[in-house]
Amino acid sequence: MTSKTLVVCAAALAALVLLAFVPQLTNAYYLSLAISLLQYTVLATAWGMFSGPTRYVSLATTAFFGVGAYTVAVFGETLSWPLVLLIAAVLGTALAGIVGLSTLRLSGVYFVIFTFGLAELVRQLVVWFEVNKSRVLGRYIFVDITQRDIYWQLLLLTVVVFLLGWLIARSRLGFALRVIGEDEVVASHCGINTTIAKVTLFAFSATVMTLTGAIMAPRWTYIEPSIAFNAMISFQVLIMALLGGAHRLWGPVLGAVPLVLLSELLSARFPNSFMIILGGIFLVIVYLLPRGVAGLVESVPARARRSNAQGLAT
Amino acid sequence: MTLAPFPVLEIVGLTRAFGGLIAVNELGLRIEQGEIFGLLGPNGSGKTTALNLMSGLLRADAGTIRLAGHNITGLASFKIARLGLARTFQLVRVLDGMDCRENVLAGLAFHTPHVAAAAAEAQVAQLLARVGLEGLAQRPAASLTYIDRKRLELARALASNPKLLLLDEWLAGLNPSELVTGIALIRSLKDEGVTVLLVEHVMDAVRALCDRCAVMSSGRKIAEGATDAVLADANVISAYLGGDDDA
Repeated sequence: MTSKTLVVCAAALAALVLLAFVPQLTNAYYLSLAISLLQYTVLATAWGMFSGPTRYVSLATTAFFGVGAYTVAVFGETLSWPLVLLIAAVLGTALAGIVGLSTLRLSGVYFVIFTFGLAELVRQLVVWFEVNKSRVLGRYIFVDITQRDIYWQLLLLTVVVFLLGWLIARSRLGFALRVIGEDEVVASHCGINTTIAKVTLFAFSATVMTLTGAIMAPRWTYIEPSIAFNAMISFQVLIMALLGGAHRLWGPVLGAVPLVLLSELLSARFPNSFMIILGGIFLVIVYLLPRGVAGLVESVPARARRSNAQGLAT
Repeated sequence: MTLAPFPVLEIVGLTRAFGGLIAVNELGLRIEQGEIFGLLGPNGSGKTTALNLMSGLLRADAGTIRLAGHNITGLASFKIARLGLARTFQLVRVLDGMDCRENVLAGLAFHTPHVAAAAAEAQVAQLLARVGLEGLAQRPAASLTYIDRKRLELARALASNPKLLLLDEWLAGLNPSELVTGIALIRSLKDEGVTVLLVEHVMDAVRALCDRCAVMSSGRKIAEGATDAVLADANVISAYLGGDDDA
């Protein structure tokens, strides 16, 4: 291990300890903001873990998030909390497996449209079931989970996601996904079982999203399909991951944090026009940072090297 | 050269149609261990389609393909690759977002038994040197010149230590001095015992390299045999080489 990685590890550990004490140190408003930050950090990172290397743009985030939230709404009062989370994870994995096997043969824009449709399909199925079978439109969530619990669970999930993401990026699977993202035909001619590789990571990413939905659910006391399966979540997560830079594990967090803070600031100052302002900012970002914040960060040392080399040459 | 119990490649009655166009029509080929075999023919005669059928990119409508005795007809391309068939593409396909080292590593990392990381690095360095890209391991693939991209693609294909290597117009687009280098490189593969099937339009290269060749026209094989005899065949001249003064 080089001294640089040691420094990074130490910094990450210190930041983690500091983050763990956030609930003790702040008031309810900042805790709620911290929860939003963690929620989008986890979602955007999970999104980037699959879509970054493979370049398959998914708009299904809300489908998995909503399944997690609904699992809590249905089982939250009767079963113990760890069991509820386990059920959510299993449902998320199963749904992603089915969806992955049937759709990851699609490529490009077809995959994008399908995932968007999938989120809508799941939502409509839930609506149909609730109206015709359980005969309720919304559900109340009464579980003994505080805001602090939500925060700590999300923090733990974030740590797990980063650790596993780090391991996957170094594994043969991670390398396979990068080759697939570069050229799927070459990947299969190199002996990569592209379907298995893609479905495995898609399912992992989806399971994380489902768990996030389940952990977040107690924040609302009442949910209905339009809240749990809100398409805005899919788009926000996508924009955050792209802004940060989905080609690096640590990229999406660089997009999630500023955008959550920005939305918070704008919605407080300009409650009526904040979506318009946010849209304008997105356009500027896309034009100025095509490779995201991570691309910007990476280009600084490269540029320094280039100017050094030029200095030596002249 | 001892003859293996099975030919490296044995194709019988291979057929593939696109709508009403029969791109490959009852093609039969047999390639022995250690040969360089040329598959020739005018544009649109079905050569690349035939390669795509062999590597699993396309599925055959009829016929069988055997690789060293294994029936690989209709298998997914990753399985065919693992059984020992590697190829390059007519339009060079290198992984532009990666460096040269990773490009070659992609060729060897997914074959069983897996090699340990240190051994893999050594093999990658050796393969890069083998194709003339020594010392360029960290170079982004996107920054390579055209011939170096072709070299890199060849290194990736060789990385799996294939039983059969398919080269789809690997020498096309090279300038005369690069062509000499390229021909020498392919000939050195033969010396190492690699069996090669190449699709090529550069006649000098075909004459210099191929032990035997076959000529396709409109999906059918119209000639097969020793290279000199095939290139002197009257049918081949009228269908492909065009006129007495050419070729």
